[in-house]
Amino acid sequence: MALLVTLDGPAESSATWIELGGLTVTLGVRLDGAAALVAVAVTAVALAVQTYSTGYLRQGPPEEPDHRYPPYAAQVSLFTAAMLLVVVSGDLILLLVGWEVMGLCSYLLIAHDRRLPEAPAAAMKAFLVTRVGDVGFLLGIALLGVSAGSFRIADVLAHDHGTTTLTAACLLLLAGVAGKSAQFPLHTWLPDAMAGPTPISALIHAATMVAAGVYAVTRLWSLFEATPTALVVLGIMASVTLLLGALAATAQDDIKRVLAWSTVSQIGYMTGALAVGSPPAALFHLLTHAAFKALLFLAAGAVIHAVGTTLMSRMGGLRSSMPVTFWCTLIGLGALAGVPPLSGFWSKEGVLAAAEQTALHGDGPAPAWLGWLVWLAALVGVAVTAWYATRLLLRTFFGATRTPLPQPHDPPAVLRWPVLALAVPAALLGLAGFPGWFSRHLQAGPPVGSDAVSDLMPPDGLIHLTPTVLLPLALLVIGAGLAWAGWRRDRTADPAAALGPLRPVLARAFRLDDVQHTVVVRPTTAVARMARTTDERVVDGAVTGTGRAARVLGCGLGVLHRAALPRAAAAVLAGALLIGLAAVLIGATA
Amino acid sequence: MGTVAAALTLVAAVALLGGRAAGWSAYAPPDAAGAVRPWHAVDLPWVPGLDLRFHLGVDGISWPLVVLTALLTLLCCGYSLWRVPGGGSGRALVALLLVVEVGILGTFLALDLVLFFLFFEVVLLPMYAIIVGWGGDGTDPVSLDARRRAGRKFALYTLFGSVLLLVGVYVVVAAAGTADIVTLTGGAELSRATQLAAFTLLALAFAVKSPLWPLHSWLPDAHTQAPTVGSVLLAGVLLKMGTYGLIRVALGVTPEGARWAAPVLGVLAVAAILIGSLVCLAQTELKRLIAYSSVGHMGFVLLGVATLTATGIQAALIGNVAHGIITGLLFFLAGAIKDRIHTGALTELSGLRETAPRLSGLLAFAAVASLGLPGLAGFWGEAFAVVAAVESGGALWTTLAVLAAIGGALTAAYLLRMLRRVTHGEPTPVVAALGPGLARAELVAWVPLVLLALAVGLAPTLVLGVAEAPVDALVGVVAR
Repeated sequence: MALLVTLDGPAESSATWIELGGLTVTLGVRLDGAAALVAVAVTAVALAVQTYSTGYLRQGPPEEPDHRYPPYAAQVSLFTAAMLLVVVSGDLILLLVGWEVMGLCSYLLIAHDRRLPEAPAAAMKAFLVTRVGDVGFLLGIALLGVSAGSFRIADVLAHDHGTTTLTAACLLLLAGVAGKSAQFPLHTWLPDAMAGPTPISALIHAATMVAAGVYAVTRLWSLFEATPTALVVLGIMASVTLLLGALAATAQDDIKRVLAWSTVSQIGYMTGALAVGSPPAALFHLLTHAAFKALLFLAAGAVIHAVGTTLMSRMGGLRSSMPVTFWCTLIGLGALAGVPPLSGFWSKEGVLAAAEQTALHGDGPAPAWLGWLVWLAALVGVAVTAWYATRLLLRTFFGATRTPLPQPHDPPAVLRWPVLALAVPAALLGLAGFPGWFSRHLQAGPPVGSDAVSDLMPPDGLIHLTPTVLLPLALLVIGAGLAWAGWRRDRTADPAAALGPLRPVLARAFRLDDVQHTVVVRPTTAVARMARTTDERVVDGAVTGTGRAARVLGCGLGVLHRAALPRAAAAVLAGALLIGLAAVLIGATA
Repeated sequence: MGTVAAALTLVAAVALLGGRAAGWSAYAPPDAAGAVRPWHAVDLPWVPGLDLRFHLGVDGISWPLVVLTALLTLLCCGYSLWRVPGGGSGRALVALLLVVEVGILGTFLALDLVLFFLFFEVVLLPMYAIIVGWGGDGTDPVSLDARRRAGRKFALYTLFGSVLLLVGVYVVVAAAGTADIVTLTGGAELSRATQLAAFTLLALAFAVKSPLWPLHSWLPDAHTQAPTVGSVLLAGVLLKMGTYGLIRVALGVTPEGARWAAPVLGVLAVAAILIGSLVCLAQTELKRLIAYSSVGHMGFVLLGVATLTATGIQAALIGNVAHGIITGLLFFLAGAIKDRIHTGALTELSGLRETAPRLSGLLAFAAVASLGLPGLAGFWGEAFAVVAAVESGGALWTTLAVLAAIGGALTAAYLLRMLRRVTHGEPTPVVAALGPGLARAELVAWVPLVLLALAVGLAPTLVLGVAEAPVDALVGVVAR
């Protein structure tokens, strides 16, 4: 935090780490306004999560205290450190180090809970899906580094890459970004990652991991800005993800899964903002999202802690017994849906304004139709978000209680204080977007050339109220109103019943998991089995076959040599005759 | 006694670095154009009648491998003091390990082709004896037969490679009239046809040892049947004789042949990466899985060599060392698991983290290092082999880079599958009977490897700092 206050301009320092045949890898650190803000958000959320975890794991589920707190805390710290490394890194390889260490930590932490049989599978899926994206990330870094002759980000940005190289590299990088930030089609790991302990979900969803992808794009923004193809792919990806996540969130019964899908959708807003050429809006939404999503997860953790289940069908009516949690969740959900004046409203408005600007004026790096796509998707997303946020609130805190426990209560202080502390930025962070040092930090943030400071955003602030702001507000009211009306009609029923036949499809997120299983996992295992069989039968078979053939040949020759005297004598004579003949012939020719 | 000898060797090996400054200046006067400039060298006439010389020397390419060999042998000897696998006496085992060490060190140090070949061969028979004498699991006839078969396959297969090496060496020696590697490097005196023939022979020989797909099938059996210390030495340093030979002898002596064959080598290396990973993905036995993973990892090393760029060869060198450290550790751990519960079948292993958290934590560390996590040793070799392939440019190498990177994802897949099977889940009955403790000898053997995996990962200059100048010199003659 002190860093943030004292920081005036970008600071950079680096030392050569290693030289590999003319390619320099540096141990470099670069700090600018955006990096400092994200770093502060990361550490703030991590602090809240660590505090919360001491209570959540130690006192834990009552039947079995957790004995593995020390490695857990160490892994959380490593996770945070890795994210900070990504944030401040001044070198692509160093960034990759943090990037992958985060993947590892998420793997370790998701698998932490030994009582959940699905946890190891979910952890493995998280690591593998992001690793598949990282194949692209590594190749993209390799292309850029080789082209620039150095992996230092400043050198890479300054170097004039050819258009082909740049497009290829940016598209490859996007694969990695999609993996880490859970963008379609590599988003499947995130909802399953809910098998991890709730504070970990808060950490992964709010400050680390998913934020890394968005941040990496802003860090390399001038490269992406110069490649419209990459922006188009990013924009389509963002729009699909945004709607997919929001729709999938409507039909979940597990409270953590609702929040997980909402993260997928909100990251879609951020990548959408990037696609229409507004990194400041993306970073602003990233920061507010970090605050309200961490709040929501920790509050949900308090609910789960009190009720002993994650299923909303077994909650309900918790408003009176858990007032603190209720109010905090209300703030969080309000910010998520974008209710003014909570933080989410302002930042989402920034994203919408950027998309609208591109759509109507078409003067950004992205084509106008992309602006329309992102804008419309984002507007629909607002209504759907409002709908599922209202549903979550109603199902959990209103109506008659459906929990078997006699007396749910607010969590103990060690759980309560982090939640309350996070409620403050979740409510108020949006106001910081008014002109002032905060937005200046974000503006200066992305390492763009001085002439390329996004002209979509007026330099005097991130927030500008125009009449179009009424449009998302109206949609918000419609979404929330529909959910409320559904609930009014029947207070015991799930508003999701209104989805009708779509509900199972949405609950399984358009069955993309099955698609992934059929298209990727099953063929790979089949090929693996085939490779093993081939290797053992054919490659090794040839070797053992050679040995066996040699032995058979030897035995055959041996049998041939075991002859009775007359035949042997005849053979010796024949041999002598042959040799004599050969000698005569050679002598004759010589 | 033997262990003390191994320790002294390690001290001597590390001390080789000490005199480097003097050695460097002594052997590299500004006008000396040789591509191999050893820091220290011993050059004595040996068999004057056959014009053989006893010429040893160490430089930046061989030094990390020499230290690695000395270290791993020391750890293996120390480990054997604590636990002697059934089948023979511990003293004999340590003696054989030391003979193997002599052979390997000699191979890394030799600067005379014939001497190189002789040391290359010294390793073979003691290793055969270690596999047959102390290997396997149990003394019943079936397992006895299995390890005899594995030992025989190892000896005969690599002997086949050695025959090719002998022919290759004499093709070179006959054509050039000298066997001195220092003079030969650069291949100036050899005609193109000789170089192509010699490179083919040498590369085949080293491909068997490395092993390069499809000449790898001796490896899984030998690793699976060998005792723990045998597997560690086999995977840790024996395979490196192949890649070292490829860099020092095949590339240095016949550069034109190397340029000619590089695409084939690259394709085979990537095939090794992909097929090795896929086979691992369908593997059901712990030690066999780790053995096959060596095929994939050595594929990355060979890909680095095949690019013939400075980046690629440096990646190959650090990949070599990293693989020695990490796979050595993995085999130690797999051996510890097998010693405890007498099975390596993945179906019978589960829930290790519940009963033996330390062992399972170390296994997870080793697996994560092996899958090339940035910040640990395995990363540099694999990532920069890919970078080097991208750097080479062109459709072929770019495709190879993409395929190799996909191989990297498959590597993660099979190692995580292994971890999930072995460490997570409910403990099986055999695992449930495990105690959490680790013997002190085990810790003493493992901790240096863990620390090295971290140190090399965080400061790759440890290995590459000394290798930079010799590699540049080598690439200078190869890429001419």
